[in-house]
Amino acid sequence: MSERIADIQADIVAEFEMLPDWMDKYEHLIDLGKNLPLINQTHKLDENLIKGCQSRVWLHADADGLVVKYTADSDAIITKGIIALMVRVLSNQPPEEIVRADMGFIDQIGLKEHLSPTRSNGLVSMIKQMKYYALALQAKQM
Amino acid sequence: MILVKEKEILVNEAIRAQFPILSREVNGKPLVYLDNAASSQKPQRVMDAITHYYTFDHSNVHRGVHFLSQLATEKYEAARTKMQHFVNARESREIIFTKGCTDGINLVAYGIGRSILKPGDEVLISEMEHHSNIVPWQMAADQAGAKLVVINVNDDGTLNMDDFHAKLSDKTRIVSIVHISNSLGTINPAKEITAAAHKKGALVLIDGAQAAPHMKIDVQEIGCDFYVFSGHKMYGPTGSGILYGKAEVLESLPPYQGGGEMIKDVTFEKTTYNDLPFKFEAGTPNIEAGIALAEAVDFIYDIGYEHIGNVERNLVSYATERLSEIEGIRFVGTAKEKASVVSFLVDGTHPYDVGAIIDKMGVAVRTGHHCTQPLMDKYGIPGTIRASFAVYNTYEEIDVLTDSVKRAVKMLRA
Repeated sequence: MSERIADIQADIVAEFEMLPDWMDKYEHLIDLGKNLPLINQTHKLDENLIKGCQSRVWLHADADGLVVKYTADSDAIITKGIIALMVRVLSNQPPEEIVRADMGFIDQIGLKEHLSPTRSNGLVSMIKQMKYYALALQAKQM
Repeated sequence: MILVKEKEILVNEAIRAQFPILSREVNGKPLVYLDNAASSQKPQRVMDAITHYYTFDHSNVHRGVHFLSQLATEKYEAARTKMQHFVNARESREIIFTKGCTDGINLVAYGIGRSILKPGDEVLISEMEHHSNIVPWQMAADQAGAKLVVINVNDDGTLNMDDFHAKLSDKTRIVSIVHISNSLGTINPAKEITAAAHKKGALVLIDGAQAAPHMKIDVQEIGCDFYVFSGHKMYGPTGSGILYGKAEVLESLPPYQGGGEMIKDVTFEKTTYNDLPFKFEAGTPNIEAGIALAEAVDFIYDIGYEHIGNVERNLVSYATERLSEIEGIRFVGTAKEKASVVSFLVDGTHPYDVGAIIDKMGVAVRTGHHCTQPLMDKYGIPGTIRASFAVYNTYEEIDVLTDSVKRAVKMLRA
C-alpha cells in the first residue's frame, strides 16, 4: 500500500517549515530538481511538452500495476524542483487518488506564486495534465 | 564646490522622492525596480492629478452644457493640446486618445485592412517587433488577402537596412516598425525608413512605446503617417495612450469603433461620422488618464529629456560594465544606437530561475521572451533577463542587481 497523498504533502510542508529563509527554500528546490525522475529521451517529444510562456516542461506517465508513475523534465531548474515535489506526491498512487488530490501543499510551502498564471511556467497546466493522464489510465483499466 | 557626482546624487534623490513606491520593501528587501520597459512607476503629481480630477472636475466630456461638463472637457482638450506639442504634431485633431500603444496599432491596422489593403498587397514589419505590432497586421492582412513581409535583424540587434530596402516594394502599402526595441534596446532610423517608404508610396507607422519615455519625439521631423505610444511607460497612468496620425490620412480611414461621441447624425438608415479626432473616440473616454498623462508630460519637461538621456545612458554603461564581471554572461542586443535596456543570459542558467531568485532579493526584472517570441526563436534562446532603467534608478541599484545575479548563478550552478 502506497503512502497516502495527504501524508506525503504533510511531510513536504514540515520539510519546508525548517527552511524559513527564501534562499534556503530555493536551494532545496534546486537540489530536488536534480533528483527528479527524468523523462526518457524517447518521450521528450513536442507532443509531451506542456508549453509555458517562460520555461518548458515535458511530462510522461506510465501505468505500473494499479498505480501511475510519472517522469518529467524542464529547462528551468526551479520549475524542475517544483515538478519533483508534484511527482513525489502523485507518483506511485492509484489513478482515482490522483484525480481527487488537492495540491494545496504548494500554497502552504509558500510557492503559490509559481502557480500563478502570470508566471506562465506551465505548472498549472502540468497539474491538469498529471490528473488527465491518471484519468486516461483509470479508464483503460476499467 | 559640489562635486559633479555629489550633485548627481542630490538631483537623483530629489527625483526618487517623488515616487512613493520606490521606498517600499519587497520580500523584506528594499525594492530595486528595473522593469521600467514593462511599466514605469508614477510620480506623486500624476497620482494627485487623478485624485484632483475626481475630487473637483469630473463629469462626462463633450456632452453637457453644465459647468462641470465644460470644465472636464476643457481639461481633457487641454491635455490633448499638451500631447500635440509633446510630439510636435501640426494640429490637436491629429491626436487620438487611446488605451495604449496596442490599441493605437489595432485602430490603424483595422482601418488600413478595410480601406487600403487589397489581395497581393504587402505589409512590412521587422523581426524585432513586439507581438502588438505583429498580430494586428496578421489579422488585417488575413482579412484583406494581403501578405505580411518581415525585415531581418542583424546579430547585434540592429535592423538589416539592406534587407529593408530589398523587401520594400511597389506592393508595400504600409511599413510598421518599432522606434526602440523593447527586448534589445535598438534605436531604429525612423526618419530614414519613413523617407524610403514614402518614395514607394507606402504609409508608415512608428511604434514609439519604448521611445516616448526616453527621447524627444518629433513626428514632423520623422515624417511618419502614424506614431503610437503608451502613457504608462512614460510615468503616466495605465489605460492612457496616444495615436498621432496625419490629419489627411486619419480622415481617409474608416472608424474603428461605433458609439456615442464619434457621430454627427444617427438615423436607423445612415450615420454620419464626427470630425477628427472624435471620429476615433467612441464612447466615454478614460478622462482622468488623459489628464494625468499630460501631468506626466510636465514631469518629463521639468526634468528634461537631456537629463533623462544622460542618466539612462550612464546606467546602461555602468550595468554593462558591472554585469560583465559575471562569468558566462551573454548580452543580447548590442547595437551602438541603444536605449535604456540591458538584456542578457548567463551560461548554464535559465532566465526564469535567475528572475525567480533575484525577485526574493527585491530586484524586479523581466524574464522571458518579452512578447517578441519570433526574435527569441531567431537567436535560439528561451528568453532573456531584461533590466530596463528609468530616470530614478541608481548605480547602487545596479550593484544590487549584479550581486543578486551573481548569487543566483552561484546557486544554480552549484
